[in-house]
Amino acid sequence: MATSIAMRPELSVAHVTVERSTFRALSDVTFNVRGGSLVGILGPNGAGKSTLFDVIAGVLPVTRGKVDFRGALAYVPQKDSINWRFPATILDVVMLGRTGANPLRRPGRQDRVLVRESLGRVGLWERRSSLMTELSGGQRQRVFIARALAQEANIILLDEAFSGVDVGAQQEIVDVLRSLRDDGCIIMLATHDLSNLAERFDMVLCLHRHVCAWGPPAEAFTSEVLQELYGSHGMNFSRGHWHGHGMWHGHEHSMVETDTIGQA
Amino acid sequence: MIDILFDPFQYSFMVRALIVSLLVGIMCPALGAYVITRGRAFMGDALAHSVLPAMVLAFLLGFSPFIAAVPAAILLAVIMGGVARRTGISEDTSIGIIFAGMFALGLVMMSRATGITVDIEDLLLGQVLGVSSTEVVVSLGLAALVVAGLYVYHWQLVYTTFDPIGARVIGIKTGVVEYILLGLLALVIVIGIQAAGIVLVMAMLITPAATAYLIARRFVGVMLWGAAIGATSAVVGLYLSYYADLPSGPAMALVATFFFAGVALGRQFLRPRAVEDGV
Repeated sequence: MATSIAMRPELSVAHVTVERSTFRALSDVTFNVRGGSLVGILGPNGAGKSTLFDVIAGVLPVTRGKVDFRGALAYVPQKDSINWRFPATILDVVMLGRTGANPLRRPGRQDRVLVRESLGRVGLWERRSSLMTELSGGQRQRVFIARALAQEANIILLDEAFSGVDVGAQQEIVDVLRSLRDDGCIIMLATHDLSNLAERFDMVLCLHRHVCAWGPPAEAFTSEVLQELYGSHGMNFSRGHWHGHGMWHGHEHSMVETDTIGQA
Repeated sequence: MIDILFDPFQYSFMVRALIVSLLVGIMCPALGAYVITRGRAFMGDALAHSVLPAMVLAFLLGFSPFIAAVPAAILLAVIMGGVARRTGISEDTSIGIIFAGMFALGLVMMSRATGITVDIEDLLLGQVLGVSSTEVVVSLGLAALVVAGLYVYHWQLVYTTFDPIGARVIGIKTGVVEYILLGLLALVIVIGIQAAGIVLVMAMLITPAATAYLIARRFVGVMLWGAAIGATSAVVGLYLSYYADLPSGPAMALVATFFFAGVALGRQFLRPRAVEDGV
């Protein structure tokens, strides 16, 4: 994967506004990220997290503002946007990362080496012949991360990567993402799951169609921000406190509330 | 037994029918694999029915209806894809409107046509025993085009079928790929109409591919198994058509359905088969 980190990536989102036919999906969103960052995009459903990723990935035009990045970008989509009827093995899916805009390009030996390295890095080479439908949610996410690595991406966007993934598998994903972060990649993960955010991410963007807060978790999560994101549920959450280096401790009741928020 | 197998091919019309049947049996499931994994069966059915006016017009003007169906099917595929994108109504609704309207137009044209004998049964149910040498050559040309298209666009078709958003991010023009798939589908349907007719071409498009879907683990396996099952269904249907004096389309469709039923019922005794050639 050395080629993926030869150039340190950068991402700049400047005053981005996205207007849909009946509402404004994003309003004046601005932030900058440098290589070696693990960023959590936090917000309730409908906050514009996927829209922001679509804009960064270039699949949705902005109404106003600008997105610039230096590096190679890959997108790990939500599980709902994948066609699970399609019968594909892990190897098949990761090999897709070696295809591109030129239809005449065929994967060769070097591509197969990259695919093998990518799958080895997420710990799934031994299971390469398994069908995607035979995998757990966490394993599927790791396959898509491997596809991003095979694509030689150094900016990786993961949309709701923890959705339907148990806590142990979430940690495995985070471990992989951290190692990529340590290699200099920009990793951005959208989630509505508040648990363990502070220990997982270097920076957090709190989004509710506009930027509510942007910074290290311990600074971004104020009671005002949580209330803006989640209303009264956020106030329940804010009764807890940040402990040590960003480890969230809250009353058990409050943590249940946050899970409920995530499902809302 | 050997006589039963080879006797029919002393006649040139049976040789032509065999060539077209094999093309139908192989090409329809190859595209059908995309149709079933994308959930686009209705699109295939609609395309087949919608070429009826063009085929009737060709009859009226003295051309081969199957050759006339080629540009008509491509045009209709583009229109069906475009109407859903531009009007905002759902795709199945727009396809349904065009499907019903065009088929109705074809039936009206047939009812008004005078001075020619349009055999509606041949159009609707297929008559592979009546294909001409020109139609065989055209079918071979169309099949070559489809094979080339499937080969060149294989990875892009696979990517857009499995993960359309990821495909767009990686730089694939998913809209173009969609139209290419519709164009290939249109060509395959035209080939299939000769053998199975407008109504039953769906059986050759969907049923062998669906049978293969129950057997194969990987997508290429669905295409290859589908082609094998489709070719067998088409050839067995051709023999039935010859010896039992059955219309070719229903005979092929019935054989394909028999295979599907057998595999579906006996699935627990079949092991998944892997194909080693990639996606």
